[in-house]
Order: sequence, then C-alpha cells, then structure tokens
Amino acid sequence: MKNTHVYILAAALAAIGVGVFLYKVLVVGLPVSINEKTELWEVETAISFNAKGRAVNLSFHLPQNADRFAVVNQSFVSRGYGISTREDGPNRRATLTIRKEQGKQTLYYGFVVLRGRPGTGKAPDDEPVVRRFKMTDPERVAAEAIIKGAEAQSADTASLVVQVLKRLSGAQPTRPAPKLLGHKVTTRKTMAIAAKILGLARLPARTVHGIALGLDRRHAQFEHWLEVHDGDKWVPFRADADGPGLAPDQFAWWRGPAPFAQITGGDLPQVVTTVNRVRNATLQVVRSLGESAKDPLLTWSLYSLPLQTQLVFRLLLVVPLGVFLLVVLRNVVGIKTFGTFMPVLIALAFRETGLAWGIMLFTVVVAGGLLVRLYLEHLKLLLVPRLGAVLIVVIMLMAVLSLISHKLGIVSGLSVALFPMVILTMTIERMSVVWDERGAAESLKEGLGSLIVAVLSFFAMSADAIEHLVFVFPELLLVLLAVTVLLGRYSGYRLTELARFRVLGGKQG
Amino acid sequence: MFGIARRLRENGLLGINARNAVFMLPNNPRRLYPLVDDKLRTKTLAINFGIKVPTLYGVVEFPSQVKGVHDMVAQYEDFVVKPAQGSGGEGIIVVLGRAGDQYRLADGSLMDHRDMEFHLNNLLSGIYSLGGQPDKTLIEYRVLFDPVFEKVAYQGIPDIRIIVYFGVPVMAMVRLPTRMSKGKANLHQGAIGAGIDIVSGRTLTAVWRNAIVAEHPDTGNPVSGIQVPHWDTLLDISARSWELTGLAYQGIDIVLDRDQGPMILELNARPGLAIQIANRCGLRHRLESVDENQAALTEVTDRIAFAKQHFAALPLSG
Repeated sequence: MKNTHVYILAAALAAIGVGVFLYKVLVVGLPVSINEKTELWEVETAISFNAKGRAVNLSFHLPQNADRFAVVNQSFVSRGYGISTREDGPNRRATLTIRKEQGKQTLYYGFVVLRGRPGTGKAPDDEPVVRRFKMTDPERVAAEAIIKGAEAQSADTASLVVQVLKRLSGAQPTRPAPKLLGHKVTTRKTMAIAAKILGLARLPARTVHGIALGLDRRHAQFEHWLEVHDGDKWVPFRADADGPGLAPDQFAWWRGPAPFAQITGGDLPQVVTTVNRVRNATLQVVRSLGESAKDPLLTWSLYSLPLQTQLVFRLLLVVPLGVFLLVVLRNVVGIKTFGTFMPVLIALAFRETGLAWGIMLFTVVVAGGLLVRLYLEHLKLLLVPRLGAVLIVVIMLMAVLSLISHKLGIVSGLSVALFPMVILTMTIERMSVVWDERGAAESLKEGLGSLIVAVLSFFAMSADAIEHLVFVFPELLLVLLAVTVLLGRYSGYRLTELARFRVLGGKQG
Repeated sequence: MFGIARRLRENGLLGINARNAVFMLPNNPRRLYPLVDDKLRTKTLAINFGIKVPTLYGVVEFPSQVKGVHDMVAQYEDFVVKPAQGSGGEGIIVVLGRAGDQYRLADGSLMDHRDMEFHLNNLLSGIYSLGGQPDKTLIEYRVLFDPVFEKVAYQGIPDIRIIVYFGVPVMAMVRLPTRMSKGKANLHQGAIGAGIDIVSGRTLTAVWRNAIVAEHPDTGNPVSGIQVPHWDTLLDISARSWELTGLAYQGIDIVLDRDQGPMILELNARPGLAIQIANRCGLRHRLESVDENQAALTEVTDRIAFAKQHFAALPLSG
C-alpha cells in the first residue's frame, strides 16, 4: 500500500484551503480575529438655503468609489423633495427638486467612507480631454511665460506640473502669475488656472475637490488639488507638493470647474460638512463592502445565506473540529469511548446547556437510565423492547428534569431537552452490557472517557474565535480534512499502548 | 514517553494503528470478512477443506425455534452454545450436563430452561454480534480438552492462537482460562496468555492482565515449558488457513481435543495484540520479514520451514 496517493490528496486539499484562506486574509482583508477593528468615516453634508416660494432645483455632487476609498450607505434626508442621480462627465450628481417651497431649507446627505480594498470597485477611468480654455491676450502671454520657464526647468510631465504649480503658488509667485490669479488668491482658483495653463501645453488636466478625512471635523473644508493625465492614468498633484501624490486621508469628491452645489429657486446654499471617525468591527466593514463588490469570494460567503440558515451553519461548521479532536483522541491517544461520535453529539448539547449544567444533566440522565436498565436485566426483556423501554425512561427523565429545573427557576436545566436521546439510550445500553460482562470499573472507565472527550470537544467547538474562523473561512475545513485523511494512515503507537506494552520496552537480549 | 515509544519501535512492537493501516487494511479484502465473522461459514469452509472442527449439533436461526432447543440437545449430555457472529468469546455457554430440569454450566452454576431461552433470544437479536445485527446460534460439540493443560486451566477450554501472515505462522500463544475469566479463553476477560515457541511448540512466559506471570493464578502450577502436543499439525493447519479464507493477516484459534486432536475453533480477522506481551516479542519485524520473502513462500512446507528458521523464540531481558 503506497501512501503517496494519500499524501498528494492531503497536500492538495491543504494547499487549496490555505490558499483561499490567505487570499481572503491578505487580499480581501477578512479579519482572522473576531475582535479586529477597522476605521471608517461617517460624512454628513448639510445644505441650507432660503427658498423663494417657487420651484426649487438643487443639484450637488456625489462622491464615488475610487482606488483608495469606497463609499457605502449613502442616504438623503430631504422631506418632500424628489431625488434623482445621474452621471455627469467624471462626476455623479444628485438633483433634488420640489414644486413649491418657501423659507429656510436644510437638506442632509450622508455616506460612509471606508479604506478601499482590492476587488471593491474603482472609479471609471474617463478619457483624458485637453480642454481649450478661453483666455484674454494678456492672460495667454502670462501663461505662456510660465510654461516656458517651467519647461526649461523640468524633465518630464510630473516635474513640469510641479514647476507650474510652484510658479503659481509659491511663497512669492513669479512675475507673470498675479496677472492670472488676480488679487484674491485661493487654492481653488490657483488649481483652475494651473489646469488652464497645462491645457495650453496640451496636457489633459483638471481640478479635483475633496475633503480630508483624518479625525473628527465639525466643519470640513473642501480641499482642492490637480489631476494631470500622464498618458496612462490620472496623477494627482497637491498645490504645495514637490511631486505627485496625495496625503493618505485626502478623499476626492468631485472633479472639474463646477461648484459643489447649484440651485435655482433659492439663494446661495450654505454647505457644512462634518466628518465622524468610527472604529468598527472589520468583519462588518468587509461585509458592507462585499454588498457592493463583485468578488465571488465575498458574494459567495456564508453571510449571504438567510439568517436562520446562517445560525444552523455556525453550529454545523464547528462539528468537524469536534470530530477531528475525537479522531486524535481515539487513534493517537487511544481513549475508549462509547459509540464513535457520541461524545461529539453530547458536546453539541453542552454548547446549549453550558458545561457544568451539561455534565450534571448528562450524568443524571445516564445514571438514571443505567439504574432502570440494570433493573430491566432481571425481567429478561428482549433486546429491541428493552432498548425501547430505556428510551422511554430517558425521555421521561428529561421531562422531569426540565420540570424540576423550571420550578426551581434554573433556566439552563430546561435545555436538557437538547440532549440526543437515542444516543443517550445506546450509551446506557452499551454501558450496562460492558458493566455486566467486564465489570463496573471498565464500564465507568469508558463512560468517563466518553465524558472527557465530550468536554474536550465542547471546548474546541465553543470557542468564539474558532467559530468565527470556520464560519468566515470555511475553506479551513479542507485543511482539517487533509489532516484527518493523513491520520487515517497514521501507523504509530497510541499513547495508551505505550503504557499497555511497557513491559516490552526493555532492551532486546 | 518518547523514550518508551522508541524502545518499543526497536523491539518491533506492533500497535493497533500499524496493524490496521499497514498489515490488515491493505491485505485483507473486506468482502472476505464474513467468512470468518460468521462461524457457521467458517465451519463449512473448514470441513470442505478437510480441517477438523467441533461437530455441529444444530443451528437456532429464528425466535420460533428457541423453544425447540431443549429437544435439539436432548440426546447430548454436554454441548456448547455460541453466537455465530460473536466476538471476544461473549455469549458462549458451555453446558457440562443436567441437574434435574436444569443445565449445569462449566462454571458450576445452573441454568433453567427459561434462562436458556432468554439467552438464545438475546443472542438472536444480535446483542453479541459485531454490528448488532440479528445473529444465529450454533450448538456444537463440547471439546474435551487435552490433559496437557489440565493443571494450568481453570475450567473452560484452553485454546491456541496462532497469528498467520500470508500463510506463515508468525507467532503463537496458548490462552488459559482462569477463575477471573469465568472459564473463558479471552485475555481481556482475564485469561492467561502464554507464548509458544514456533520452532519447538513449548510454552514461554505468560501474561495475565498485561503483567508477566510464571504460574497459573488459580492452580499455582508453572505455565512455561509445557510442550504443546501435535505441534507440527497445528503449524500445518495454520499455514493452510491462508488458502482457506484468503485473508493475509488473521488469527486462528485451535483447540486440542483429547480424542480427535487439533480442530479449528474459529478464525479472526482482527486478532488482538496482547500475543506480543505473552511472547515478550514484537510482531512487526516478523511480519516485515514475511513481506520481504513473500514471493518465494508459495508452498505450505516452505512457509513452515521459513517460520521455524526465522521465528525461534529469543530470550528477552528486562
């Protein structure tokens, strides 16, 4: 018998299991520990304006999923307004309309931002367009002067952009700049001008508006930066940076020259954005990501099942752990138990009753059943009627125990009904047969062995961390299967054999 | 702990996992198990093969036949009742004679007709059978054991267990009933196992409840150095048992009848490992040497010669 086949099978199973597990942990970001937290930001924008007593049409920009961040749970609070959203170039816009409205209006728009993970969607990479901006002649001269200077001092697109930005926004803007920027200089204006200048140099460029997430903010200001297409993708530049790139918490909201909100039928809207940083269980976060994601590993998780079924599988998926422990205890340690899987089923019942109560109820039911069984021995009943009689007694014992514990107000006692009664009956029968044939000591020894195995598998099956692991990563069961298959060809000694054959452990003479 | 495991490995001790995974599962086809698990089939097989077995007096197969059992055995003074698919000697009743209306059993107790019927009903419903499935009852000749073991057996019938691997007898022991085993010849019920030298057929040291003993605990007579009569016949029967069942790894239980000589009591597809303690020797090296030479060992005589050449008892110290 070659073991190669077994080894290859086990290795393949383990490789698939570990592979999927690592992918889910390292790439998708599912948490290994149930306590793992991840940070997210709740963003809320309040838009207030005075309605002028006629139809109101308010439109504003909505953020979109991007490489670095994912937007989930968007919500509007705007009583009476009709809401529609549409694509608008690189942006998404929401339009809120109402037939007639008067007085102070405040509409809320909220959403949650998560750090993006691969597989959770990207913003569509729109085609770069070189815009032709209208410029007066003096403006054009000033812009060309800036480009000329910048081109002379740069090597590639990135350094050209940096040079242009430096000339516009440095501590002392170079001479042609004020002509373009005017008297009141804002970052937003600077970025718009930079985009114009770069357009003149035939580089696709656009302004980007967003917020810094970071910590909690009551009044988050919009920040503005520039995106330039380098022929391959859009590259962001900050006004004060020496190269491309953004701060880690800069979140892009919309792109282009348009203002955040536009309105007809009201005065200029006031926009107040608050950012609230929360730490949340990673699992929840990844799951809410999964709802919007297309990754089959997320959409095919057990979490996609109905809640009732999920509960069933939470229980079922830990059973293999108990079974595995049983295999080890029986074939490697050598503990004798009544019935192959009886201890695992008892351990499952312990999960509901709690350990101390479980052991007590189990002992009471088995002891009671055993007494009845030993008494029935005298009546010389035939096998099947005898088993039936014991089963009936076991069920009555369980009912009586439930009643007693209910009267005493012990809730755990009620769960005695969850014990597998047929398994208990068979245990009682076998115990009494062993009792009869090999004595009480042997019978109690095996009974105790079964109970010890049940307690151990209870611990293996009731740890929250383990339950979480197998439920989120059911592929780990493949690894368990691999080891179980390997154990099927284990030909070493059992621990109990070391004691049993101790006398043969001497030197061969 | 690992020190013990290493020394046991050096001494060639065979553990239950290795017995199952290395020697039994690969070499014993599952479909052949019923031949040895059902003693009625074993008996028929052995008779067809020309090997002696205890004569079958009758079979009780259905509960309706239970009441007729007393008529079935009326003409026999003594007999044995056993389950066809029993294991570990459980469910066997040895009847020595009658005392009025009752059966007199080997342990001196009495059993009335009702108790006997109850026992048979239990037996038929499968209480002693391996998987708990319905069973049959065999009623057969009670072996009158050879006086050679008279001084070292407490009631019951001593039997000789030989482990056979690919038709080579690799290890043997005699199992002696004690008071504790209630006259039964099973080690886990408290019988003594004494190793037998494959070459000479003489008993070696003995094991009782996993401990080495020199004398029988009930009779006080030494259990080692006893020459088993008909030893070559026993070797011949065991070597031929491979062809009998086709199971490469099996244990064969032989009894010595005072008048009829050696006869097969039963065959066992899952023979226990305590025989190693009785012989103070591991099975593994012997099984492996059979594995290596198996191609050359086709004839019964070759196999016996191989066993005698390689498996002589080695004194074991400590």
